Amino acid sequence: MSMTMTPPAPAPTPARPSIRRSSAGPWRSAKSAIASTLIVGSLVVAIVPLVLIVGYVIVRGIDSISWAFLTDDIPILSRSEGPGMGPAVVGTLLITGAATVMAVPLGVLGGIYLNEYSARTALGRVVRFLAEVMTGVPSIVMGLFIYSIWVLRFGVSGFAGALALGCLMLPVVIRTTEEMLKLVAPELRESAYALGGRKAGTILRVVLPAAAPGIVSGALLAVARAAGETAPLLFTILTVNATNTNLFHGPNTTLSVQIFRNAQQVFPGPQQRAWGAALTLIAIVFIFTLLSRGLSAVFSRKHRV
Amino acid sequence: MDEIDVTPANVAPVIEGVDEQPETAREVVFEIRDGAVRYGSNLAVADVNFDVGAREITAIIGPSGCGKSTFLRCLNRMNDFIPGAKVEGRITYHGENLYDPKVDAAEVRRRVGMVFQKPNPFPKSIFDNVAYGPRINRFKGDLHDLVEQALTRAALWDEVKDKLKKSAYALSGGQQQRLCIARTLAVQPDVVLMDEPCSALDPIATSRIEDLMVELKRDFTIVIVTHNMQQAARVSDMTAFFTTDVGEDASRVGRLVEFDRTHTIFTSPSDQRTEGYITGRFG
Ligand SMILES: Nc1ncnc2c1ncn2[C@@H]1O[C@H](COP(=O)(O)OP(=O)(O)O)[C@@H](O)[C@H]1O
Ligand SMILES: [Mg+2]
Repeated sequence: MSMTMTPPAPAPTPARPSIRRSSAGPWRSAKSAIASTLIVGSLVVAIVPLVLIVGYVIVRGIDSISWAFLTDDIPILSRSEGPGMGPAVVGTLLITGAATVMAVPLGVLGGIYLNEYSARTALGRVVRFLAEVMTGVPSIVMGLFIYSIWVLRFGVSGFAGALALGCLMLPVVIRTTEEMLKLVAPELRESAYALGGRKAGTILRVVLPAAAPGIVSGALLAVARAAGETAPLLFTILTVNATNTNLFHGPNTTLSVQIFRNAQQVFPGPQQRAWGAALTLIAIVFIFTLLSRGLSAVFSRKHRV
Repeated sequence: MDEIDVTPANVAPVIEGVDEQPETAREVVFEIRDGAVRYGSNLAVADVNFDVGAREITAIIGPSGCGKSTFLRCLNRMNDFIPGAKVEGRITYHGENLYDPKVDAAEVRRRVGMVFQKPNPFPKSIFDNVAYGPRINRFKGDLHDLVEQALTRAALWDEVKDKLKKSAYALSGGQQQRLCIARTLAVQPDVVLMDEPCSALDPIATSRIEDLMVELKRDFTIVIVTHNMQQAARVSDMTAFFTTDVGEDASRVGRLVEFDRTHTIFTSPSDQRTEGYITGRFG
């Protein structure tokens, strides 16, 4: 290259588009502002009622809470003042627990069946459709169903209520499990198969653990919803004033049912107990949520980064 | 980057006298005759004819979509999992028809391992990833020894020996891919199939895996799909070049164009399409 060559005349610098915010035009920033306001607004709209409900229940119910309230029998004379909700606490734990024990394993198995064994078969489609329909069945109808097939024959019991709650939870657990299994990366299955793995072992050792956190969350939502159900329990467990730890015999009661019964009364005693029961129920659901979140966090921390 | 340097140093070394060896001296692992795969009624690959020799690295190259992965997955019956996929022709593994109804596909996959394009360790610890295969195959013996052996062979042991209980996801991409190789080696396979094992990795990780392949060749038969021609030239002994034929009805079918010793393919290909592809004129 010759150095004597005259350098080419510098080309006129083309107007470079500015990178400043203002150059985007006022309308764009206005749109951004409107969108942000709408998003924050809807967040507030969604959160305010939640905070109000929980706050109000705490304010009204906190005075009732005491050891006696959580353990004493429910007063026979419903208009009387003072504690107890012991039978309802026990009943809630027993009945929701029994429903969970029945519905979650069955639902997880059902979800596995739907996603892994019958994804494209006619039977699979029928089962999935029925599960969807079942999700939409009003809870009181589920109570009536259990009443007619179980209570009429074997009488009321905590177990009858657990059956009704379990039937409500089942389709939710089935559908969540199926969806969560669908999200597991196909590469994970493929690499398990590429090591000589067979179907059942691969599902059990690779697919299910990968989907576990999601399944736990889904099951938890179903349990929380069941713990608050009232309608299907009204004619399957009736009510009692003394703790009934026998799930299979005699009437029982839960916090949700007690809220319903006590809040109907005009006297201050039962009113106060209803608020206390509501707070207890919220607390129980909250504690279980935290527990299972913690469990699934421990579980996934072990396997993720 | 598309120009390929075909100076001998860049191509797998020619072993003196191999050319003169009679065909029968080569131990054949896979024999593929008129291999073809359909997805539903769609013909994806056809007319595949070649033999994979034992303890050789066979590279499959060709443009995207010409059916390299599809064909590779025939060799360990991985296509069984794709609904509608149908393998035609005759593929034998050590003389036995791979698609005979009496063949146990899971057993085939234990002997013919596979490493995938994206590193995909299980959401388990490093140890459990490697131990997975031996465990499901009811390995009796010292699992720790086996895991150490596999990780050593995959050139990963020194990097992970102090954190075997840590999650596999804590490793880098290149380490994860070597972990996947270790996981495959731990079931003591006979063949390792690799589908673009380096395409998600950086050049340094890639060269480690290439070194590893050459190392593994002593004990294993390797079939590797790659769209990196330098890689094929560097590591493989034999190369199969596939391309896509576009029919008059716009149907696209992948076909084997040429199969030969890598050196021959890269220095004096007999088909113009091969030459065009390796010199970067198309694809
Ligand atoms: N699961 C599948 N179902 C239907 N068609 C597929 C499937 N996988 C690949 N194909 C088709 O087969 C052809 C070859 O694909 P592939 O084997 O992935 O090519 P390559 O690995 O060479 O890029 C492509 O036309 C692709 O669309
Ligand atoms: Mg591919």
